[in-house]
Amino acid sequence: MTDTRGPALLIQDLRKSFRSPDGEMTPIVDVPEFALAHGEQIALRGMSGSGKTTLLNMVAGILAPDAGRVVVAGREITALTESGRDRMRAETIGYVFQTFNLLQGFSALENVLLGMTFGKGADRPAATQLLERVGLGARLHHKPRQLSVGQQQRVAVARALANRPQLVLADEPTGNLDPRHAREALALIRDVCRENGAALLLVTHDSEALAQFERVDELAHINRAAA
Amino acid sequence: MTPGLFLIVRRSLRQHGLSTAVTAAAVALASGLVMSVFSINRQTYDAFTGGNAGFDAALGARGSQLQLVLNTVFHLETSPGNIPWRLYQTIKQDPGVELAIPYAVGDNFHGYRIVGTTAEMFTRFQYREGRQFVAQAGGRFFEETAQEAVIGSVVAERLDVSVGDIINPYHGLIFDEDRKHQDEYRVVGILEPTNSPSDRVVWIPIEGLYRMSGHVLRGSGRSFKPVEGEAIPDEHREVSAVMLKLTDPQAGIYLDQLINRQGNQATLAWPIGRVMADLFDKIGWVNRILEMVAYLVVVVAAGSILASLYNTMNERRREFAILRSLGARKGTVFSAIVLEATAITAIGTGLGFLVYSAILGAAYVVVRAQTGVVLDPFRLDPVLWMTPAGMLVVGALAGLVPAFKAYRTDVASNLVPSS
Repeated sequence: MTDTRGPALLIQDLRKSFRSPDGEMTPIVDVPEFALAHGEQIALRGMSGSGKTTLLNMVAGILAPDAGRVVVAGREITALTESGRDRMRAETIGYVFQTFNLLQGFSALENVLLGMTFGKGADRPAATQLLERVGLGARLHHKPRQLSVGQQQRVAVARALANRPQLVLADEPTGNLDPRHAREALALIRDVCRENGAALLLVTHDSEALAQFERVDELAHINRAAA
Repeated sequence: MTPGLFLIVRRSLRQHGLSTAVTAAAVALASGLVMSVFSINRQTYDAFTGGNAGFDAALGARGSQLQLVLNTVFHLETSPGNIPWRLYQTIKQDPGVELAIPYAVGDNFHGYRIVGTTAEMFTRFQYREGRQFVAQAGGRFFEETAQEAVIGSVVAERLDVSVGDIINPYHGLIFDEDRKHQDEYRVVGILEPTNSPSDRVVWIPIEGLYRMSGHVLRGSGRSFKPVEGEAIPDEHREVSAVMLKLTDPQAGIYLDQLINRQGNQATLAWPIGRVMADLFDKIGWVNRILEMVAYLVVVVAAGSILASLYNTMNERRREFAILRSLGARKGTVFSAIVLEATAITAIGTGLGFLVYSAILGAAYVVVRAQTGVVLDPFRLDPVLWMTPAGMLVVGALAGLVPAFKAYRTDVASNLVPSS
């Protein structure tokens, strides 16, 4: 059966340059075309400095591109106002950061609830259920510093998925984890995305992580600036 | 406003507990000070210029109206001198005078003023509309021909005087134990508190004051020493003042014209509220300075809110970036800081009522002890809602600068690490 909704993510002619210390404009991202279907899971292999965070930030609407378009679930995020991009990021996109980016003063449950607040609205039972799903039912009221690194990563995953996003972005999600926790975290992200029907775009240079994906692309093949 | 906003503010207040507490304390001091200054100012003004005196006018020796009022109504200051008894009799007959009560002063009881007067003070005088002096249970008012005293409630409380006690007056208005009169007065009544300067007075019959050992009357212009068992001729009698209740304001205008402008024997202080208002106008600059100091403390408190929030902005940049990455709008982050500033102000203003109560409590004790005037800490003065409302606005305004800084936080550069 053909999916009539179009791709979950479509990138066309996306470019971003930064001014280097010597004043020269250095291209970081130059992606002519990239697409990700609904429910599809892709891993991009990218080394440090390959522009992967910049690419993901532009897809999430955190960073404005110099040129090109990004369409997420049928809406062109690059054409939206900053406020529109914020709303879209809250409702449609989930983002798992390498450093988790948990709010230190808030409990695990509050971190998830805050993510929901800006999106489809805080739902305490749903947030609790999600944390139980990632194995943190007994750690709901623990602050991030009271959790292990693996547990923190699971909170970050729960938060990214709390609003049932159509697209999940993961930037080196296993970068700070030991091999066992890395495997568990990755399996969790993939499982929950699969359950929610969310597309997953994961960028990493961790070969063990990449080995778990059916589709792995080289970032350098997609991003001409990294080639 | 989202629930997330309140969660962010609540957490931040807790995370920065010390600076929140210090800033709230500064706000409490500022709001408490502003409320106290304005409330005490207004209450003392009302007490000294309002109708609490119970009299409309005071007739006394030629001189300052203010001194006359302070001496007779508030029982402060020295007497400007005496006037002959016949002036009392004349003005008492005036059709514009509803009530005339003579006062004779010159003695004290352990610093509290002794006022010689007539029984009308208790039978006709109303210290407030419809309120007359009432003797506490077991007491009564004095007989005009007896050596009896009626004590104000503050005097009784402070000096531990009871009905049946014998007291000796002391000569002069300032207590000097070497100037004790040998005359003895039996305390026959203690007045119920009136919350007026009368609570600080010892009342005795005017005849008793005339006949006090060592007193000489000069009502006729010549010295006259009363003889025991013989009536004192009216020509020798004199009074320190005559307290007047007038039938209407027209009578005041007439008597003012007659006594102050055409006459040269006496002074009529009328209306008493206006005389005191003049005093407040003259010393109004003191209140202006106090108000300026209070406003200055408000400015310092506002600066303290601004500084305490602004100083946390750098450490919170990542927090704002994370919130933004979760989809928080710029306006949400801005609102969170303004709300936080307002919340600190609200906490401080709440505590400000404790500061206000403490200052009013101290002022209550001091003002009552010095003047007999009673301040009411629970009086619902408009300043008690205007100050908190104004402080909340000031607090929110102080939050604008840090809020703008938070608003401008760049998301991508504050989400680490990047590659």
